[in-house]
Amino acid sequence: MRAIGKTKGDVIFDIINYVILSILLLVLVYPIYFIVIASLSDPHAIYRGEVIYKIAGFNIDGYTRILHTPQIWIGYRNSLLYMTVGTLVNLFITIPAAYSLSRKDLIGKNIIMGIFVFTMFFGGGLIPTFILIRDLNLYNTPWIMIIMGGLNVYNMIVSRTFFQVNIPNELLEAAKIDGSTNTYFFLRIVIPLSKAIIAVMALYYGVGHWNNFFTGLIYLKDKELYPLQVVLRDILTQNQVLADMMSGDESFIEQQKIADSIKYGVIIVACIPMLILYPFVQRYFVKGVMIGAIKG
Amino acid sequence: MAISDNKYDNSFKRRSKKLKWRLIAENYELYLFLVPALLYIIIFHYIPIYGIQLAFKKYMPLHGIWGSPWVGFQQFEMLFNSPSFWRLIRNTVWLSLYSLIAGFPLPIILALLLQHLPNALFKKIVQMISYAPHFISVVVIVGMINVLLAPNSGVINHLLAILGFERIYFMAKPEFFPSIYVWSGIWQRLGFGSIIYMAALSGISQQVHEAAIVDGANKLQRIWYIDIPGIIPTAIILLILNAGNIMSVGFEKVLLMQNPLNMSTAEVISTYVYKVGLQGGRFEFGTAVGLFNSLVNAFLLVLVNQIARSYSENTLL
Repeated sequence: MRAIGKTKGDVIFDIINYVILSILLLVLVYPIYFIVIASLSDPHAIYRGEVIYKIAGFNIDGYTRILHTPQIWIGYRNSLLYMTVGTLVNLFITIPAAYSLSRKDLIGKNIIMGIFVFTMFFGGGLIPTFILIRDLNLYNTPWIMIIMGGLNVYNMIVSRTFFQVNIPNELLEAAKIDGSTNTYFFLRIVIPLSKAIIAVMALYYGVGHWNNFFTGLIYLKDKELYPLQVVLRDILTQNQVLADMMSGDESFIEQQKIADSIKYGVIIVACIPMLILYPFVQRYFVKGVMIGAIKG
Repeated sequence: MAISDNKYDNSFKRRSKKLKWRLIAENYELYLFLVPALLYIIIFHYIPIYGIQLAFKKYMPLHGIWGSPWVGFQQFEMLFNSPSFWRLIRNTVWLSLYSLIAGFPLPIILALLLQHLPNALFKKIVQMISYAPHFISVVVIVGMINVLLAPNSGVINHLLAILGFERIYFMAKPEFFPSIYVWSGIWQRLGFGSIIYMAALSGISQQVHEAAIVDGANKLQRIWYIDIPGIIPTAIILLILNAGNIMSVGFEKVLLMQNPLNMSTAEVISTYVYKVGLQGGRFEFGTAVGLFNSLVNAFLLVLVNQIARSYSENTLL
């Protein structure tokens, strides 16, 4: 079919297409590639502009310093904890509600849906939320990192769409005839048939927790409780932790250069969990967007 | 994203009120399933909405929000008379509009290019790589921007120097701030943003394309007459959603990108609320600014939705 339809214009189109997408690939990959080679290069060589496309003066001093910085590991540990527990809470809140709203025989469905959807477009804002959190005694506790963002309404709608499309009404009717209760049906039939959406949701929420910077910034005070992203902020944009990472006998300019080298390394260290997981989970994220698009 | 679903069966419609209550009682478990979600949304979204009254009060922590005395619109007067007010509005609107204008068409173009790529492997590679930056955290993105654009060690400046240009301290120049913000955002979200259009494109019947090929249409014509009409509904809904967020630019990223030198273009409403309201402890003022922001957003959402409604059936609300 293609061969018949290929006009001269199409050949030109294809060539331009390849060129544009190749340039795009370069633009997407190069910044990350540069940071990788810079993190492994001699800081002086980076300053001299010798690190453009290859490592110059192989050097892992930055990584050594990062390994010996307790803040980063505390941040890693905290983020891991917040992410794991937080995601479980998210699933517990989102999945049953989404299933319930997917049912045609739920009376008052539109009103309940409206209550949820309204919050997507209008909210109390930063200060009233802050006062609430303080009054609930959640300020500066690990709980706030777990409960904040407990329900993402958009995610709930995506899950609801999945249930609407994938759980046929006949299945429910059959189970009802067999005397199944709604809870039994949900736990024994719906959940096993919905592993895909649960995986998608776990990943959406999980990445959200891992990358969450806002909650830690606003609601945490103790450095011991900081998630990784807040620690990273201190290193990458505030130069606070950096001072502790110096040995003290370097000159100011020397320190500047080492600081840069540490920054390159920290960016890589922060991205490693994502880079390892990404190839395996990519298709789930795409699937999530696709399910969302069915109704959107 | 569709919000209502009115497809009740006919038999269902005819049921009496009594039967309705029986159905509710029969399905009581479905309501229990909703309890955690409703509790969450009531506590963490509706109670703060109730707290908005603070914008019209003098906050006395001992009396709580409810017990604090009313003072009327003085916070709003202060906001509208503040010399920085118009600068905040201008910065916020400009950052959002720039993001929207530059960022909206590009994922569509990428999806169209990918869709018409003859080589499936190359298509897979581009997709895999272009989706990846979406998952990098905002803190790391800003860290990357800082090191790449650094005046002495950044690779961009090295490349400028090699090409014979002068080095520029990008992050210290207010005039560069919007472009850095917008284009780094496009770098991060272009690929992932194209997925939804790929989904819309894959919904177009292959037979239509084949028929067009038989009729001698080339790829550009097929894109123009088949693909673009096919993705317009998706595009309009996304446009409406984006328009509802014109006044809420990414707080985290802007805050992280700010430094004392670029503040004249980098201060936006949300960062201002954070600094003056929260860090400065002026809770009433911060709430008032936040409310103003939310109202403008809600207004824009409804407005754009109305405009979209008068041109096509593809609306959100």
